[in-house]
Amino acid sequence: MALQDKDRIFTNLYGYQPWNLAAARARGDWDNTKALMERGRDAIIQEIKDSGLRGRGGAGFPTGMKWSFMPKESKDGRPSFLVINADESEPGSCKDREIIRHDPHKLIEGALVAGFAMGARAAYIYIRGEYIREAETLFAAVAEAYDAGLVGKNASGSGYDFDVFVHRGAGAYICGEETAMIESIEGKKGQPRLKPPFPAGAGLYGCPTTVNNVESIAVAPTILRRGASWFASFGRENNKGTKLFQISGHVNKPCVVEEEMSIPFSELIEKHCGGIRGGKDNLLAVIPGGSSVPLVPAEQIWDAPMDFDGLRAVGSGLGTAAVIVMDKSTDIVRAISRLSYFYKHESCGQCTPCREGTGWMWRVMERLRKGDADVQEIDMLWNVTKQVEGHTICALGDAAAWPIQGLIRHFRPEIERRIAEKGGALREAAE
Amino acid sequence: MLSRGVHPLMADRHIYPDSPELRARWGNFAWTEANAAKAKEIVARYPEGRQRSASMPLLDLAQRQVGAETNTQGWLPIPVMEYVANYLDMPIIRVVEVATFYTMYNLVPVGKFHVQVCGTTPCMLRGSDDLISVCKAKKMPTGGVSEDGLWTFTEVECMGNCSSAPMVQINDDNYEDLTADRFEGILDALARGESPKTGTQEPGRHTVEPAGALSNLHAMVGENHDYRGEW
Repeated sequence: MALQDKDRIFTNLYGYQPWNLAAARARGDWDNTKALMERGRDAIIQEIKDSGLRGRGGAGFPTGMKWSFMPKESKDGRPSFLVINADESEPGSCKDREIIRHDPHKLIEGALVAGFAMGARAAYIYIRGEYIREAETLFAAVAEAYDAGLVGKNASGSGYDFDVFVHRGAGAYICGEETAMIESIEGKKGQPRLKPPFPAGAGLYGCPTTVNNVESIAVAPTILRRGASWFASFGRENNKGTKLFQISGHVNKPCVVEEEMSIPFSELIEKHCGGIRGGKDNLLAVIPGGSSVPLVPAEQIWDAPMDFDGLRAVGSGLGTAAVIVMDKSTDIVRAISRLSYFYKHESCGQCTPCREGTGWMWRVMERLRKGDADVQEIDMLWNVTKQVEGHTICALGDAAAWPIQGLIRHFRPEIERRIAEKGGALREAAE
Repeated sequence: MLSRGVHPLMADRHIYPDSPELRARWGNFAWTEANAAKAKEIVARYPEGRQRSASMPLLDLAQRQVGAETNTQGWLPIPVMEYVANYLDMPIIRVVEVATFYTMYNLVPVGKFHVQVCGTTPCMLRGSDDLISVCKAKKMPTGGVSEDGLWTFTEVECMGNCSSAPMVQINDDNYEDLTADRFEGILDALARGESPKTGTQEPGRHTVEPAGALSNLHAMVGENHDYRGEW
């Protein structure tokens, strides 16, 4: 059964109505938040655990469990921090932008509830620098919340002091990695830290820190109001809840939409996107979870449930649920090569396999695109992706390797065809 | 000549040469009264002794002030970076590191309009090649300024507007759902000193809903609907 409007969390997703506090309150936000907090820290964390909510930023780690890693009380006087990841930069992803510009109070109320549950004294919302107008809205919404006494001293009359700050990035994809984000808030280059220590032990300013995605935080108040069992009634086991899907590329009507987890790909596309451009038979492949996950050919994606397990079963992943659709007019090698260029551009330069490997992989991909290569180089490229993958501090190296591996796995004949065609043309020219 | 592996449309990322002329022009840089107040407010967002955290927002503020003084998007001459370093009592090299690491800090002068065309795959699939051709046809330089002082063009990486692709960011505003014609219309309007409509350029589309065929949340179109009564 499809998700009904009454069960959508982000009812102002499309911004038909104002984002401001008065309008948000009329939609149900900030409705007796004090009562939610009076349930107590442990009860809030248990409710989020019971709801089955998994992190919405890509990795899918259980949110309630992540909160429970934070120290119950400070033994050495260090405060704890909540950092909210609004550095949405994964190609294909464009959901946090809609939350921030159209429903920012869901995020700010979530920050208070989550921050209280984990014992944080403040939240820093790290918004990507390119979201300029969105950041203006967020700053204004936070100011509204302070003026109304919802955050700050005695937040929402709860007796708990909690600050919310906004920190703007300045154009670096890598800052979406949690420790790079912490470095960046500290005013440094966004280069990931070695773990351990994990942020829950020593994160921002050396203090216990939890980093959560915007969507994970923004859904928390509604889960607490409607109950874990309501949220868990959507989606398959281990893949619960509602989710913002972002569909781009070759569909008739690209859009962002909140749907039930585990919705089949075909239903998502037919119901909300007006179908594939040129019809179902014109579908070539889909990148179902943002640029980092491997592509899935048409015949394997069509009936796949759009959730963590369903997409892993077809050799890919849900990631941020950024669904990039490619029809048969797509130059598939170029589409992936352009992603290779993206990772080359965004490598922070700290680890050699990634710094050197991303550039190397992109250059070989460009030659494969033109067929200007030897067939053996396909295997060589595969091996290089395996040497980058898993050999870097953060996952950017993996993210650069996986799209290429997906391409070779599913479209090797197309790459070989280009090489043969180019080679044939060369031989003819030589004769 | 371009060095191997450098994308031809990438903006210049070298530091503008330090010179007596540059010192003469920017050596006396100081916050305007309004920006001095803003800078103080920014530093207060971070804990005592952690003022270094403010280097990013202050570089942005400084770039905007340079922009206002030069009628451009703004950039960061070395003396301005020094001013920010002094203001935060941190070594200049730590500020230069930040300014060179993050791509939104312009290290060389740019035009009045910094035209940033997203070229990453989701925009590419929806026609960003055509938008790049428009910039080339208009002879917008990459990493430099057009002769009339109006334009700098950069091909940028994913800007997070993928469901309304292709898109272009010009200074602080986004223009989405573009075609070559729509894009040219916007550029011409900007050149005439007008303020064209921002956001989606698709007729009848509001933001990122399915254009012309809303599939959900119909009640929200006409009123600020409260769904709680239906829970």
